[in-house]
Amino acid sequence: MDTMRDRFISTASQLLDEEPRLAVVLADISADGFAPARRTHPDRVINVGIREQLLVGAGAGMALTGMRPIVHTFASFLVERPFEQVKLDFGHQDVGGILVSAAGSYDWPAGGFTHMAPGDVALLDTLDGWTVHVPGHPDEAEALLREAVGGDDRVYVRLSLQENREARPVSGGSGFSVVREGRRGTVIAVGPMLDNVLAATEGLDVTVLYATTVRPFDAVGVRRAAGAAATADVVVVEPYLAGTSSAVAGEALLNLPHRVLGLGVGRAELRRYGQMEEHLTAHGLDPRGLRERITGFLRP
Amino acid sequence: MTNTTAAPAPDRQAAPAPLPSPDFRDLPRLIALMTGAEKHAPAAHSTLDALWVLYNRVLRVTPATVDDPGRDRFLLSKGHGPMAYYAVLAAHGFFDKALLPGFGSYDSPLGHHPDRLLVPGAEIGSGSLGHGLPLAVGTVLGLRAQGLTDPRVWVLIGDAELDEGSNHEAIAHAGPAGLEQLHTLVIDNASATHGWPGGIASRFASAGWDAVTVDGRDHEALYEAFTTPHPGRPLAVVARVEPKN
Repeated sequence: MDTMRDRFISTASQLLDEEPRLAVVLADISADGFAPARRTHPDRVINVGIREQLLVGAGAGMALTGMRPIVHTFASFLVERPFEQVKLDFGHQDVGGILVSAAGSYDWPAGGFTHMAPGDVALLDTLDGWTVHVPGHPDEAEALLREAVGGDDRVYVRLSLQENREARPVSGGSGFSVVREGRRGTVIAVGPMLDNVLAATEGLDVTVLYATTVRPFDAVGVRRAAGAAATADVVVVEPYLAGTSSAVAGEALLNLPHRVLGLGVGRAELRRYGQMEEHLTAHGLDPRGLRERITGFLRP
Repeated sequence: MTNTTAAPAPDRQAAPAPLPSPDFRDLPRLIALMTGAEKHAPAAHSTLDALWVLYNRVLRVTPATVDDPGRDRFLLSKGHGPMAYYAVLAAHGFFDKALLPGFGSYDSPLGHHPDRLLVPGAEIGSGSLGHGLPLAVGTVLGLRAQGLTDPRVWVLIGDAELDEGSNHEAIAHAGPAGLEQLHTLVIDNASATHGWPGGIASRFASAGWDAVTVDGRDHEALYEAFTTPHPGRPLAVVARVEPKN
């Protein structure tokens, strides 16, 4: 089984053959994977070396000429390190592009905090016009990437090693999908959190929504689900900084008496290495931790 | 050899109004429309002569071709102090000189840093230092990827702006990548806090660029430098003007 990052490389390599406007810009990360595509398309697979300000600036410069750039590296070095380039070279210049990150919040725990970017989506939330995809399966990553390549807008695709057992049909425009229906509240599972959320809510009378496109936030779908339950109690479970979507969820529920619980990666550094499962447990994102906090939040 | 750009392309539809004949001697008056003071002589504007020579004699872009994929691009990276840039654009008909007195006001497209969405002819918005050169690298890469190897891309930076590390990422990549379409104009008014011991041109040359240093007030020397052949390598022109302080 390939990872989301493997699938990204194979899909983008194929799309380079089909879409003459497409370019891939790299900063050494994944350069080996793209080596065959680079041999076929030397002018459209660019590796700038370990230079992330240039990575983002050059991608935006290609967009200024009408190209559709995919800009890729680890999330820490794609969104956090060159954040002003993301803000100005894409946003202020008003050009489109696709940022594809890997490693996410806790994909390489033995690598430590330097390779963790739990704040990436919250940072992008300070900017206008970014669509944010958080696929939960390689098939979903492929579908969302193909969709993004066909557009002209600014898109962030957040890939992870954490994934759900089964893929679901996803599309950026179709909103959150209903996985389960219940009366005591609504739990929104973002991307790779779905399997743990389903395990955590087994036997609970709650609605579970599945979200792979989190920006724009499906306010209508959340309102509909929350409005149909006995109380508009909503839990958002995200694989990045806890509470990242609490504000948009609150805005979606503005006209309903509501409560929102934001679960995700804690703000405090763990300063631990180890395995992804250990970090999920430490952040309370394993099924047991989730169940404890969700049942503690819901009314009896 | 380069073409002059005094006349609009004749085959464009919607026949643009006849361009004024640009005159370098008109620039102080145009700048005064923005600064409101005649005391700002051209010498106070470090970029003025180099911008004039570029737009008047080197760049193959006119008001009629600002959206033409095959045009030359000029990216003003050092967005601070854009009066000379606006004056040169207005003198060449990219926008109405009547806009100049509104400089910096709420309803004006002309800010103290340019915005490409507001200023006709501006290729990028700038103001935060160190963004233009990476954008120019990407512009060259984008043109090359589309088989557009004729358009030239120019970016203007300042010697103090060169402090920003993003420039050095771009310089170090563009040389080995052989981006012949890329041209960097460094206006050197000795304003970098720690200076550039060993010279600015050497930073480019050691990264595989052709680099020349000229008198930034000498129009013929600037023209000669701007049109120097540099096969297979990007070109840097360091234009030295009076020290800022």
